[in-house]
Amino acid sequence: MKKKFIILFLILIFPLKVFALIEVDITRGNLNPLPLAVSPLAIDEQSRNEFKKIIKKENIGSEISSIVENNLKTSGLFNPLNKDAFLQAPEIANLKPRFEDWSLIKAQALITGKVTFIDEKLRVEFRLWDVLAAKEIMALAFTTVPNNWRRVGHIISDKVYERLTGEKGYFDTRIIYVAEEGPKTQRKKRLAIMDQDGANNKFLTLGNELVLTPRFNPTSQMVTYLSYFKNLPRVYLLDIETGTQEVVGDFPGMTFAPRFSPDGKKIIMSFAKDGKSDIYTMDLENRIVDRITNHPSIDTSPSYSPNGKFIAFNSDRSGYQQIYIMKSDGSDVKRISFGNGIYGTPVWSPRGDLIAFTKLHKGKFYIGVMRTDGKGERLLTENYYQEAPSWSPNGRVLIFYRETKTNSDGEGFSAKLWSIDLTGYNERLVTTQTDASDPSWSSLLSN
Amino acid sequence: MNRSIIISSVLHLLLILVTAMSLPFLAKKPLDIPPIVSVELIQIAEKTNIPFAPKAKKIIEKVKEKEKKLVSEQAPPKKVKKTKTKTVVSVEQNEKVDNKTPEAVPLPEKTVKKIETKKENKQNPDKLDEEVKQVSEFEKKEFVDLDNIAKLIDKAKIESADEIKKNNDITQDQDRNIENTGLTLSEEDALKAQIFGCWSIPLGLPYNENLLVRIKLMLEPDGSVTKTEILDHARMNKPGQAFYKVLAESALRAVKLCQPLRVPTTGYERWKELQLNFDAREMLEG
Repeated sequence: MKKKFIILFLILIFPLKVFALIEVDITRGNLNPLPLAVSPLAIDEQSRNEFKKIIKKENIGSEISSIVENNLKTSGLFNPLNKDAFLQAPEIANLKPRFEDWSLIKAQALITGKVTFIDEKLRVEFRLWDVLAAKEIMALAFTTVPNNWRRVGHIISDKVYERLTGEKGYFDTRIIYVAEEGPKTQRKKRLAIMDQDGANNKFLTLGNELVLTPRFNPTSQMVTYLSYFKNLPRVYLLDIETGTQEVVGDFPGMTFAPRFSPDGKKIIMSFAKDGKSDIYTMDLENRIVDRITNHPSIDTSPSYSPNGKFIAFNSDRSGYQQIYIMKSDGSDVKRISFGNGIYGTPVWSPRGDLIAFTKLHKGKFYIGVMRTDGKGERLLTENYYQEAPSWSPNGRVLIFYRETKTNSDGEGFSAKLWSIDLTGYNERLVTTQTDASDPSWSSLLSN
Repeated sequence: MNRSIIISSVLHLLLILVTAMSLPFLAKKPLDIPPIVSVELIQIAEKTNIPFAPKAKKIIEKVKEKEKKLVSEQAPPKKVKKTKTKTVVSVEQNEKVDNKTPEAVPLPEKTVKKIETKKENKQNPDKLDEEVKQVSEFEKKEFVDLDNIAKLIDKAKIESADEIKKNNDITQDQDRNIENTGLTLSEEDALKAQIFGCWSIPLGLPYNENLLVRIKLMLEPDGSVTKTEILDHARMNKPGQAFYKVLAESALRAVKLCQPLRVPTTGYERWKELQLNFDAREMLEG
């Protein structure tokens, strides 16, 4: 008792004066792209000669680093620095970078690496360095056939992107689209596929039949699209890997926009039946068709949420075309778009947090995004005519197509693919060999 | 029994007394901070003023002496005794003197004006009223215009009231800020502004996740960072915390890039350890 009293007494006599640690809240920063240096990949003389014979490229190390540099630049999140400013040679930088030299040119991250020819294969080793912390933060090596060198560049880009942003990349992907040629009234439309950076373009159909709305399967390299055969709409499945194609079914009347479910086992689409346009699903295993909506209005453009529990679609049931969501069984229909104008082509983000859409208001077309409850609508880009947004697999970038106005002579029409990121500032033309429309972004090939 | 009660009471009283004496808020001095606190707000922005402070003091003393001399020349000594302090009238006199005999004051005009405003700040508006009245009664027939004095009083009252209000506001704000951060608003703003410029926010981060990175810094007096410590370091290497790791690394880069930090020129003990809380949600939400 006495001890306790003494302790209490001492505590009271000597009150502790504690200073709190000073805290400063940093809630703002700059949104400038991160400056980074992509050093050309080092290559020995023997390997260089071998690759020169096989892939007809003078220096494959520089070629791969250019792909990485270009990918990171187009993402809008990175600012690859000019190689002329580099002070350290690739061969030395690959062994041990002199961080002072790289920080001198304001690089915050550095990519180095080397390419070797081993057992008729291409081996690429790369390292990512944090220049300011003066440490290595990632090191990987890939071995593949030499002809796959472009993909190695894309995979490195994805790894760097993921390490520096925290989300998966989207560079090792492909885009399927409708290649268009000829005058507007007599367009030849072919299915085409290319890497996301426009390389390796291939035409998949001959152009005898009209093809529309190709869509990638989120889980594989399978594509579904709509084609008119003898004026009858058919839904096709095409395996990109093997080239095999099959008809899913003939559908009477107008059929629109077939799209895969997130697990790739179903196709969801809209078609006109009994004088109404409703949404249907088809099980790809047993080909059973289920009706999801049953309403006298026109319901089109269905798109599953990534978890498969909800479907977004557009409908004119309120008088004007607006975006609605419902449960995957068709219950609990709820309108989510309430802004001025007409809304269409809703596409659920692979991240699940946003829905992209096309909006027509006062004669202008907009591509925008809104949250899944319809709040937070943001219009990313405005133009004379643009539509059909498709998400990159990481839900960060949208690709869509834009048409230009025809002049009084009926000339000047063109259709091009464009991409824009969620900030709305990084809008880019995606280079294609011909005019292009209806793009669809694949999932990551390396998954 | 009685004895125990007495002992208990005495000890209780002692305890209460000791407690009361040692409580920090009682020990704290009353808030009699002069309006000069407002100067602290612009301390960083006006660093160049600091070396001139001793000069300014000398100047003030010189001017005071001259004022005394001038007043004694213009008014009878008795009346001067009645006016307890230098009043608005004395300021006016000073202005007149300035106009009439600029060569008598060996200082630039700006300096004199500064001194004058300081004097006004120190004046009490209530006292002013009486003092001006006394002077005006004495001198009204000779050279004092009543209307002018009335105007002057009103102006002085408004200015003083505004000044007091302003100073009170700043003082409270300043106090709160110092309690919370240990830095004045200007010091904190300077530091924030510097780090804002250095911090490249990773734009891919989700805005709806709790991503707060707390970094403890050990600083040198010149603002260079000797040690950085991520307070939730364990989270860095947990699976599924890639976004946190990315944010933490970007924050560390910002600190390194910003070195030396813009820290206050004084009070090193106060800020030698500093915690920065990096929160990008506001920016990512757009």
